[in-house]
Amino acid sequence: MTVAGARATASPPPATRRRARGPLRALPVMLRVHFAEAIAWRAEFLIWVLAYTLPLIMLALWSAVAREAPVGRFGEREFRAYFLVTLVFRLLAASWVVWDMSFQIRQGTIAARLLRPVHPLIQFAAQQAAAIPLRLALATPIAAAAIAWVGAAAISHDPLHLLSLPILLAGAWAMTFLVMAIIGSLSFFWESALGIFDLWLGFYFLFSGYLMPLELLPAPLRAVGEWLPFRYMLSFPVEVTLGLVDRRELLQGLAIQWGWTAVLTIGAIATWNAGVRRYSAFGG
Amino acid sequence: MSTTSSLLRYPRLLALQARMSLLVSLQYRLDFFLTFSLGLFWSVSALVPLLVLFRLRTGVAGWTWPEALLVASFFLMIKSVLSAMIQPSAVATVEQIRLGTLDFVLLKPADSQFLVTTSRLELARVSDFFAGLVLLGIALYQRGEPPTVTGVLLAIWIFGAGVAILYALFVLVLSMAFLFVKIDNLSYLMASIFDAARWPSSIFRGALALIFTFVIPLAVMTTYPSLALLGRVGAGRVAIATVVAAFFVALSRLAWVRAIRRYTSAGG
Repeated sequence: MTVAGARATASPPPATRRRARGPLRALPVMLRVHFAEAIAWRAEFLIWVLAYTLPLIMLALWSAVAREAPVGRFGEREFRAYFLVTLVFRLLAASWVVWDMSFQIRQGTIAARLLRPVHPLIQFAAQQAAAIPLRLALATPIAAAAIAWVGAAAISHDPLHLLSLPILLAGAWAMTFLVMAIIGSLSFFWESALGIFDLWLGFYFLFSGYLMPLELLPAPLRAVGEWLPFRYMLSFPVEVTLGLVDRRELLQGLAIQWGWTAVLTIGAIATWNAGVRRYSAFGG
Repeated sequence: MSTTSSLLRYPRLLALQARMSLLVSLQYRLDFFLTFSLGLFWSVSALVPLLVLFRLRTGVAGWTWPEALLVASFFLMIKSVLSAMIQPSAVATVEQIRLGTLDFVLLKPADSQFLVTTSRLELARVSDFFAGLVLLGIALYQRGEPPTVTGVLLAIWIFGAGVAILYALFVLVLSMAFLFVKIDNLSYLMASIFDAARWPSSIFRGALALIFTFVIPLAVMTTYPSLALLGRVGAGRVAIATVVAAFFVALSRLAWVRAIRRYTSAGG
């Protein structure tokens, strides 16, 4: 019997009502605490962020290719815009919950989280969300420098495109978090869950547009990619920003992205709950 | 007599450390197998951008497909040194500094830098080295022209210099661990910058080109050995590789000795 389950059966109705409001009331406090935590670790955070060099390497590579002649719709300037926006969005949508979760599960410190009266997945989400202001603070100068370098003309001028960006980025963030939460929860079952994450990352790099615009992939790979979630975690918001998709595709993409988010939410809750049911703290 | 035995002592110690690591990792056979196959998967998947690029073009920045493949295979080989020896040892050492158990290593009657940098070898990661060798063979075969003996010897020499630089860079990072303790993300940062070595260095221009030759000499690690095999490496580049390697090794040794001298154990 899990802690949460025991409480649910024991609580009288008023407590249930209070419990439903609990997470909402606790949210500002959790966000404040974790924000302070993120600030305290800012140097470490900065180094993690600096490690996102791959788009810049890819930028150098594809610029060298485009210098001779443009590749499809992409000239030197388009590549520049593409990889800089990719870098900024990757910065914003990233998460580190999979390492955190698997570490806490293996060390047994997860037990403390299980005792708190808020679902642990919400606690983890609050922790990751609290880092967003810091991410924004880092990404904004990069975005500004990028616009100064490439020129605002490279960015879509359609207001619908620009208005949908916050929703798309929120979706990308949520998908990234949820996938990490699913794989992190697998640590309840298997010690090598981080190995699965490495595998996931390999596919992510290829199919999310991190290494190259997806339209440059060979047709068979592109066809496979259409059935996978990766595009909506990074490439799609980038494509929208650069105006590479029309309005119909935009709305379609939004629907697909939030469809994936719903599926992943269910998956994350199911994996977590199954894991906790199996879990008996280390040494217990 | 005693000089020969002390010269032989370190290779023997290395073999011993390797055997211990192998025994440890064979306890986790599934993990060993997984790491090995995941390594192969990564090696192959990392080639996709290269494949895509050369499906679109016949050359980039003066490099044809077999030539760029040479660079990629040298990258895989040097990466296996990184992930089989340097990274696991770095992680283990940082943990020892944090816990104070590094004292036991320092008390042993052998060179501390040697003991620390070989303390954990992840032999499953050697998969990359073999993948690299196979690719190297494929690249040379596709090029159709066998390399000269001088070319091969120079390539081995420069590749050795590249490995020495990589090793020295990590000894430098480790020396910093005595000051900052938490350096796992620093070594992660190094590893992510290191990824640029996958590509011929001529795609980088301006400041980046200089950085990748002298500050973080990635060009020496993968591009120069490839040029040597292609018979295009001049005396200048051989000299750069040798001097840069000697400089980094000396610098890292100095940093290590200083760091050890200041070390006062945990809580000291």
